[in-house]
Amino acid sequence: MTATSPHVLVIGGGSTGVGIARDAAMRGFDVTLVEKGNLTHGTTGRMHGLLHSGGRYAVSDQASARECIEENMILRDIATHCVEDTGGLFVKRPEDTEAYYQEKLAGLRECSIPATELTAAEARRKEPFLARDIDKAIEVPDAAIDPFRLCVANAISAETHGARIETFSEVTDLLVEDGEIVGAEITHESGEGKRVHGTEGSVEEIRVDHIVNAAGAWTGEIAAMADIDVEVRPSKGVMTIMNVRQVDTVINRCQPKGDADIVVPHETTAILGTTDEEVSDPADYPEEEWEVDLMIEELSKLVPILEDARTIRSFWGVRPLYEPPETGTDDPTDITREFFLLDHDERDGIGGMTTIVGGKLTTYRLMAEQLVDHLAEKFGMETTCRTAEEPLPGSEDAGVIEDAMDDFGLRSPVAKRSAERLGSRTQDVLDTDGANPVVCGCEAVTRAEVGDAIEQSGTDLNAVRIRTRAGMGNCQGGFCSHRLANELHPEFDEGRARAALDELYQERWKGQRHALWGRQLSQAMITYAMHAMTMNRDRDPASGDGSLDFGAFDSGPASSPGTTDDAQSTDGTPDVATDGGRGDGRGD
Amino acid sequence: MAVAIDAEVLVIGGGIAGLSTALSAARTGADVRLVSEAETTLHHASGLLDVLGYPPNAADDGPVVDPFDAIPDLPDTHPYAIVGEQGLRDGLAMIDEVLGEAYHGDHTDANALVPTHGGTVKPTARYPASVAAGLASDDRELLLVDFERLTGFDAGVAAEHLEAAGIPAETNAATVEFPIVVRDDAKVTRYAHLLDENPTVTVNGREQRVRTALADAIEPHVGDAERVGLPAVLGVDRPAEIRAELRDRLDAAIFEVPMGPPSILGGRLEDRLYAALDDAGAEIESGGGPIVDFDADGGTISEIYMDRSGSRIPYAAEQYVLATGDVAGGGIDSDRAGVAEPIFGCDVPHPDDRYEWFESEAFGEHRFAQFGVSVDETLRPMGEGGNPEFSNLRAAGAVIGGYDYPAEKSASGVSIATGYAAGRRAAREA
Repeated sequence: MTATSPHVLVIGGGSTGVGIARDAAMRGFDVTLVEKGNLTHGTTGRMHGLLHSGGRYAVSDQASARECIEENMILRDIATHCVEDTGGLFVKRPEDTEAYYQEKLAGLRECSIPATELTAAEARRKEPFLARDIDKAIEVPDAAIDPFRLCVANAISAETHGARIETFSEVTDLLVEDGEIVGAEITHESGEGKRVHGTEGSVEEIRVDHIVNAAGAWTGEIAAMADIDVEVRPSKGVMTIMNVRQVDTVINRCQPKGDADIVVPHETTAILGTTDEEVSDPADYPEEEWEVDLMIEELSKLVPILEDARTIRSFWGVRPLYEPPETGTDDPTDITREFFLLDHDERDGIGGMTTIVGGKLTTYRLMAEQLVDHLAEKFGMETTCRTAEEPLPGSEDAGVIEDAMDDFGLRSPVAKRSAERLGSRTQDVLDTDGANPVVCGCEAVTRAEVGDAIEQSGTDLNAVRIRTRAGMGNCQGGFCSHRLANELHPEFDEGRARAALDELYQERWKGQRHALWGRQLSQAMITYAMHAMTMNRDRDPASGDGSLDFGAFDSGPASSPGTTDDAQSTDGTPDVATDGGRGDGRGD
Repeated sequence: MAVAIDAEVLVIGGGIAGLSTALSAARTGADVRLVSEAETTLHHASGLLDVLGYPPNAADDGPVVDPFDAIPDLPDTHPYAIVGEQGLRDGLAMIDEVLGEAYHGDHTDANALVPTHGGTVKPTARYPASVAAGLASDDRELLLVDFERLTGFDAGVAAEHLEAAGIPAETNAATVEFPIVVRDDAKVTRYAHLLDENPTVTVNGREQRVRTALADAIEPHVGDAERVGLPAVLGVDRPAEIRAELRDRLDAAIFEVPMGPPSILGGRLEDRLYAALDDAGAEIESGGGPIVDFDADGGTISEIYMDRSGSRIPYAAEQYVLATGDVAGGGIDSDRAGVAEPIFGCDVPHPDDRYEWFESEAFGEHRFAQFGVSVDETLRPMGEGGNPEFSNLRAAGAVIGGYDYPAEKSASGVSIATGYAAGRRAAREA
């Protein structure tokens, strides 16, 4: 790269932002990306994980549908380790109209989305838990995608191509000079570089040649810093996570639009979605009980066992929907899912910034390509986009994964899960000389994989979680959050590890609150007892004012502490020998 | 219909509450039967016997030195207020006698502060002998040791954490490789059995026993430390022998750091309590199956039914004690609509809106932690109107609601005190 490369600041570490950072860096731009939370902090980290076939838009929004199927096929190639080819079904129930079913079928064909009609019996052979009274189904190439893995892989690739990625770095002002945006003021929560708890923050002014506003639901707030009006219409949707995969195929309800009409199998879980309700503030909106109940009740009509199944948490995401001023759509479900590229020089007479808004995860790469094409044209650069062909780190050589499976002394389910997550990086990450115990039992995450994530993200255990899935299983971190924190030591001191643990534990608690009945309430109580009763983390004297009078408490059974010697006691070992069947509970 | 299996007092539940109830009833002279659904429960517990560390209404943030002092100030509905200080003392005396030299703490009313695997200290009233040398109020220099492949306890983190808590002793830490490289994700019981069996292992070309090799690995780190703490995996069958051998080789007192589940200390406690109950002449039936139904006549329970692999087995008794635990263990059940006690349908007070069952802070004052039956002064579960649900049903332990044992650090003490009282009453009325 030459010293004269244009310097571009990308605001936003969601799929769009990291996609742009990667593409721009690959084409020779000097790229800095800032994100106010961790990667995927916004909408990207709060979606159902569907890689659209385009089927959902085949009737109402065919432009989006065509983009989806093209990008779907590209991502299967360049992001193999992020995609699970589950396939998808549009299921027609007796109360869903035949007319819409036929429209769907026609739309799929018009948009060149492969579609196969299945009888009810064929659909139930594929997915035995589908309701007995369904009419029929259409099979489409939907898939499941891990948005965290996808974003991290894009960010790693961008860095490899010279980009600087700063998380926990918020844009607190845009610098405007003579009607031109020339840079931004960035507030780093814990200084520049990786996030480390207990590190003092700093403020940095970055002067650049162009800014890309890819802040998703926060796009309007960023634009407003330069007195530009971009009206994003945030719309919330709930996602409810089940403790197991009731289905292995994406299940869509074949009806025009509606809440609670999709189930996406994802890793060890299934995700139910969703609602579509406009909210005024993307960071502060009600998360409501009725939304969770609706998911379970409506989707039980497609998959009846969901009614009594265990949910492990619910979360909400906000779609950053946008439509040009004066369009005036009332219902957020009718707002287009297309994306828009707003050059503020042309649109508002203020140069130096382009906003990209709308769209969806499935088309993130295409959005990035078009945005970077625009930048290249602006700076008169002859460039070619290579992101549709060049695989992401981790998806480079599928053969590596199989070869690596047996090499690391891991039991097969552990090795298999690790390799699925790490893809072609498996060898690099797991090839360690040291001990490599499992740290998170639910998701089979080993010390080496956790260490690799810590290397990328400092003390931010939520960033470790999204990279590895540690803490995302049934126990929601109850059995592993403290083990994860221990892995930070000795690189980071105990105080930082404790702060990181407290933050992770609270984050895991937040989503579980929406699943607190039945078995997940039992799980929550077990977790609470382990962390409060046994570990005393709720009343930790180390977090108090340090005035605990140790001398007032029992110092041991002997009269003077110096002579205590427990091994003098007989221990009262019972004369019944035990069979060693003890303690084979979960956890270790 | 089969003739019911008969007893004077039938205890449902095999945790500390059920065991305390059955022991108490048997020692009062009743013919006792204990049934439990699970084979083991105590390996989920740390093996410490807490009484009360943090009273719910205390003015101070810190732990109370004397838990007995705090009892008169508890709310009237707290289980300790119901059985009284003397009830608690009597229950503890029974357990102290049963556990003998295996447990300490009965020489004083003061709480002990015990370092656990979480790294900080917690207040408890009774602790295994193997934990005694680790108490935080002891000012002798200590060394904490962890094993490379055991992720539940990190000695370095714990040592720094104890310093941050301000303990009066100097702390050091070391990580060693266990002499036999067990699988990377071996269960803790594997370490314990290897130390019990003490097989020969080759270390640096030398044949050694596992315990010797472990001592050799720790020895370079001991320095001036007068006591050495290891994760609580030092044997299931021969813990005293293992500690004595390590003590002699290292010339330092040896202690265990209580661990989370699966807990070896909890397993050892369970073995002792079951052995004592067997000695007391009670019938014990573990792992039979869940209690699925009951018959009652005019507010008196006549029979209950166990589901054993699909068969309904009737059990009859004059007195019944419910010791099935709280929401954690299924003694209290819930769905999206409400909370109930699943066997007898006893009333469980709870807010109608499930979003009032919890707080938004992870360690907030969660209502779900207090879910359980309300009991009268003789520990009989009460209906909504305040009258006993059944004339011959009592409750013991965490199935009783109205207190937050993880916050209070009061789980074992309440189980012992209410179990003792319920067992005595049931036996006298049988």
